[in-house]
Amino acid sequence: MTTPEVAERSLEPTQPAVSVTDLEIQIAATRTPVVSDVSFDIAAGEILGVVGESGSGKTTVGLALLGHARRGLRIAGGSVLLGGSDILTLGDEQLRRLRGGSVSYVPQDPASSLNPALRVGLQLREVLEAHARDRDGGQIDERVAEMMREVALPDDRGFLKRYPHELSGGQQQRIGLAMAFANRPSLIVLDEPTTGLDVTTQAHVLSTVRELAGLHNVAALYVSHDLAVVAALARRVAVMYAGRIVELGTAEELFSAAGHPYTRRLIGAIPRLTGGRTLVGIPGHAASPGNRPPGCAFAPRCSLRIERCEEEIPALRPVGPEHGVRCIRAEEVIATEQRRAGDPIGHPAAAALSGALRLDSVVALYGRQEVVHSVSLSLAEHECLALVGESGSGKTTIGRAIAGLHHNWTGKITLGEMPLQASARRRSDEARRRIQYIFQNPYGSLNPRKSVGEIIEQPLRVFGTARGREASTRVAEMLERVALTAGYAARYPDQLSGGERQRVAIARALVCDPAVLICDEVTSALDVSVQAAIVELLGNLQRDLGLSMLFITHNLPLVRSIAQRVAVLHQGTIAELGDVAQVLGAPEQPYTRQLISDTPSLEVAIAEVGLAEPEVS
Amino acid sequence: MIAGSGITPSSAGITAAADVPAPTVRPTSLLRRSLRLWRTRIGVIIVGGLVLLAIIGPYIAPYGPSTPVGVPNATPGGKAVLGTDYLGQDVLSRFLYGGRNILVTAFIATAAGLIVGVAIGLIAAYARNALDDVLMRIMDVILAFPQIMLALVAVAVVGPHAWVIVLAIALTTAPRAARVARGAALPVVERDFIACSEAMGVPRWRILFGELLPNTLGPLMVEASLRMTYSIGVIAALSYLGLSPNPNSPNWGTMIQENQIVLPVQPWGAVMPIIAIALLTIGTGLIGDGIARTAAGIDRARSAE
Repeated sequence: MTTPEVAERSLEPTQPAVSVTDLEIQIAATRTPVVSDVSFDIAAGEILGVVGESGSGKTTVGLALLGHARRGLRIAGGSVLLGGSDILTLGDEQLRRLRGGSVSYVPQDPASSLNPALRVGLQLREVLEAHARDRDGGQIDERVAEMMREVALPDDRGFLKRYPHELSGGQQQRIGLAMAFANRPSLIVLDEPTTGLDVTTQAHVLSTVRELAGLHNVAALYVSHDLAVVAALARRVAVMYAGRIVELGTAEELFSAAGHPYTRRLIGAIPRLTGGRTLVGIPGHAASPGNRPPGCAFAPRCSLRIERCEEEIPALRPVGPEHGVRCIRAEEVIATEQRRAGDPIGHPAAAALSGALRLDSVVALYGRQEVVHSVSLSLAEHECLALVGESGSGKTTIGRAIAGLHHNWTGKITLGEMPLQASARRRSDEARRRIQYIFQNPYGSLNPRKSVGEIIEQPLRVFGTARGREASTRVAEMLERVALTAGYAARYPDQLSGGERQRVAIARALVCDPAVLICDEVTSALDVSVQAAIVELLGNLQRDLGLSMLFITHNLPLVRSIAQRVAVLHQGTIAELGDVAQVLGAPEQPYTRQLISDTPSLEVAIAEVGLAEPEVS
Repeated sequence: MIAGSGITPSSAGITAAADVPAPTVRPTSLLRRSLRLWRTRIGVIIVGGLVLLAIIGPYIAPYGPSTPVGVPNATPGGKAVLGTDYLGQDVLSRFLYGGRNILVTAFIATAAGLIVGVAIGLIAAYARNALDDVLMRIMDVILAFPQIMLALVAVAVVGPHAWVIVLAIALTTAPRAARVARGAALPVVERDFIACSEAMGVPRWRILFGELLPNTLGPLMVEASLRMTYSIGVIAALSYLGLSPNPNSPNWGTMIQENQIVLPVQPWGAVMPIIAIALLTIGTGLIGDGIARTAAGIDRARSAE
C-alpha cells in the first residue's frame, strides 16, 4: 500500500497519534468486503475529514477506530495503532476501558445518544467516574463545570439538572462533545455530528470541535457527507467511494486540483453560494457491497474510463507530497481544469404579469401558538420562489397550509383567481389537482405496499383523468419524464434508492398536470450527487412545463441553483424577499447576513486556507 | 401539455436509472417469509393436520357419534380402537366428530371479532380526536370483563345457542384486536403518504382500508393467530362446563368433562380431546410467534449491510 508513505511524509516530526493500515471489514455471513485497503494516519491535534456518500463505508471506518463493527459486520484485517497498541487485537475488557477514555465517539444524533431519563449533569459525571481512578466527588464536580465551560454551556447547577429534552439540538450536541472530550482522549471520532442542526448552530458546534481538538491536541476523525463542512474544518480530507479511499490530500489540493474523477464530480454537485449554476449530478449510483465491479468501483459511472479501469483495482498512488489518488489517470485528471460546475442559470424573464398563487396576511397556528405571523407572498407563473429558513421558522407550515394539509390558519390564499379553503378536504378537485406537494422524505411519502405504477396512477383515478390502458400509458410517460424507465412501474418503493423514490414522488405530482409545485426540502434526505440530479430535474421540469414552484429549503447555496426569487423566513415572518442574486449577494437584513456567514461553503473554506477560487467557473 | 421531448435523459444528467436490472418480483410476503422459520412450519403442520382431521373426521369415523358399541368405559380393544366412553359410545368416532364444531365456532367468532375490532382500531387511529377517545374507552370497558366470564353470563342469560357463543367471543375479541390495530396504525398515520392521499382528496374509507390497513397487516396477523388460540380455549372451556348448544353432541370440550371421572380406568375419552386442544393452541401460537419474529427481523438469515 502506498498510503502510509503518502501520509508519513505529511507528518510533523512527531509520531502520528493514530495509524490505520490496510483496514478490511466484511459482512460476517458472506465475507463480502464492505471496506477494503483503508490506510491513513492522523497526527495529534489534526482533524482528518472523511467524506463519502451513503454506503461508502465512512461510518464503518469511523467505528472501526473504536474497535467496533456494527451488527452483521466483522473487522477482518488490518491494524489500528494507537499509542503503540493495536486496538483491533484488544479484548472486550480492554476495549471497554479504552472507549470513553483514550478513544471517544460523538454520534450523529445527540437526541438519541443521551439517556432521556437522566439529568445531563449525571450523564457527564458518569463518563468521568467510569474512567476515574483516584478522583473524589469534589474534583469530579469541578471537572464537569470545566467541561461545560469548554463547550460554552452554562455550568450552573440549574443547567446540569436539566433533562436532555429540555435542551436544544445544538446544546445536546455540545453535551455530546463535552462527554467525548471529558477524559482527554487522544483520538476522537465524530460521525456527522452536525447533521440535522441549523446552520447557525452547526457553525457554533464546528468551531467548538476545532478549538477543543487544537487545545487538547486530540487527533480527530470527522466523518461527513458534506464536503463544505469538512473543507471548513479539516486540513486533510479522505474521499471514500465504495469502501475504499479514492483520494486523500489536503483540502486545498482536493478542491483546486482533485485527482480522482469522483472527487471532481462530487465537487461539481455541490451547490455554491456565489454565482448560480445548474448542478450536475453523477449518473448512476454506487454499487452496493457484493455488486461492486472487479476493477475501479467508480469506472461504470466515470467518463474517463478506459479498458484498464475495469481490469484491476487501482492503487492509491502518491501524486504530491500529501496527495494520494486511486486512479490510473490521476495525472491527466489533475492536469485538466476542474470542469465547469454547469452553466449559469438562465431564468426566463420574471413573468410578474399574473400571480399563480397569492398569500395575503396568512397566520398559521399550532394549537394556540402562532408560528407564522401574517405572511404575504406571491408566486408568479413560471417562477421558482425559494422559501428558506432554519427549522422552526415556519417554512414547512406555510407549504402545508398552501397544500391544505395544515388546517389551522387564517388569512387568504388564492390560486389563480380561486380562493382556497383551509383544508384540502373542503377544496374542489380542481384546486387539489393544481397544487401538488412533494414531501421531504421519499422513504415516508410512498406507500410501501403499493407498486410504483399504482402510486403514480392513484391521482389519475382520484381525479378521474384516465383509466385502464390510458392510465398505464400516462404512468409510463411520467416515469420517462423523471428519467426512470417504464419498467419501474412494476417495482415497489423498497426496491428503489432514495433518489429513485424522490423521482417517483415527482412523477406522482406531475401526473396531475399541476400549476403549482410545492417542494418541501425534497433533497435533504439525499446524497449530494443525487441532490444535484434531483435539483437539475426539477429545474428542467419547471422551465419546460412552465410550472410555478415554491422551493422550501434550509440549504442556502441550493437556492442559487434553482430559484429566481427567495424569501428568507425568520421566526414566522419574512425577513427579506427579493431576487436571489440580490438577497444572497448583497443582503440587507442582518439576519440574512448572519445566515449566509454561518453557511459552510467551499469558497469560504478555500479562501480561508489562502487559495483563490480554483478554475471552476 | 406534458409530452416527451422537453428533457432528454442526457440533459437531465441521469441516464443511470435505465441500466438498472429489470424489475424484480414483489418481495415475498410476510406470511411466506415466516414459513422459512421452523416454528411456523411446525405450527402450520399441526394446525393443518387438526383442521384436516376435523373436516374429514366424520367421514372416516367407524361409527356414528352417538352409536352405542359396547359396555361403558371399556378399555381399547375389540370393536372400539380407543375404547368406549361413559355411555358405551366409541371414543375414536366421537373424537373424529368433535373437532368440527369447536373449530368452526372459534374461526367464525375470531374472524367477526377481528373485523369489527380492526375497523374500530383503524378509525380511532386515523381520527386522532375525540372519536378516538370515545371508541377506545368503550373498548376498555369491554376489556375490563374477563372473556370467559362475559361468555358465561351471556350463555346463562340467553341460553347456550351457537350464535350466543359466537357473539360473546366476537364481542370480547374485538377490543383486543382494536388496541393492536390502533397501535400498529398510529405510526403509519403520521407518514407522508397518508398526508399525500389527503391532499389529493382520497375518500376517508379508502385511506383507511387502502393505505392504512395494508401497512398494519404484520402485527394484525400475529394478533389473529393469538386471538384464535384464545377463542379455542374459551369455547372448549364453555363446552367443558356443559354450556354447548347440544349437550350430547360430540365436542372435545364436552368429552373431557364427560370422561374425566373415569380417567384412571379409561383415559382415552378425556386424553384424546385434551391432546387435540393443546396441539391446536400450540400450533396457532407457533404460527403467530413465527410471523411476529419474521416481522421483527429476529432470526433473519440475511446479514445486515
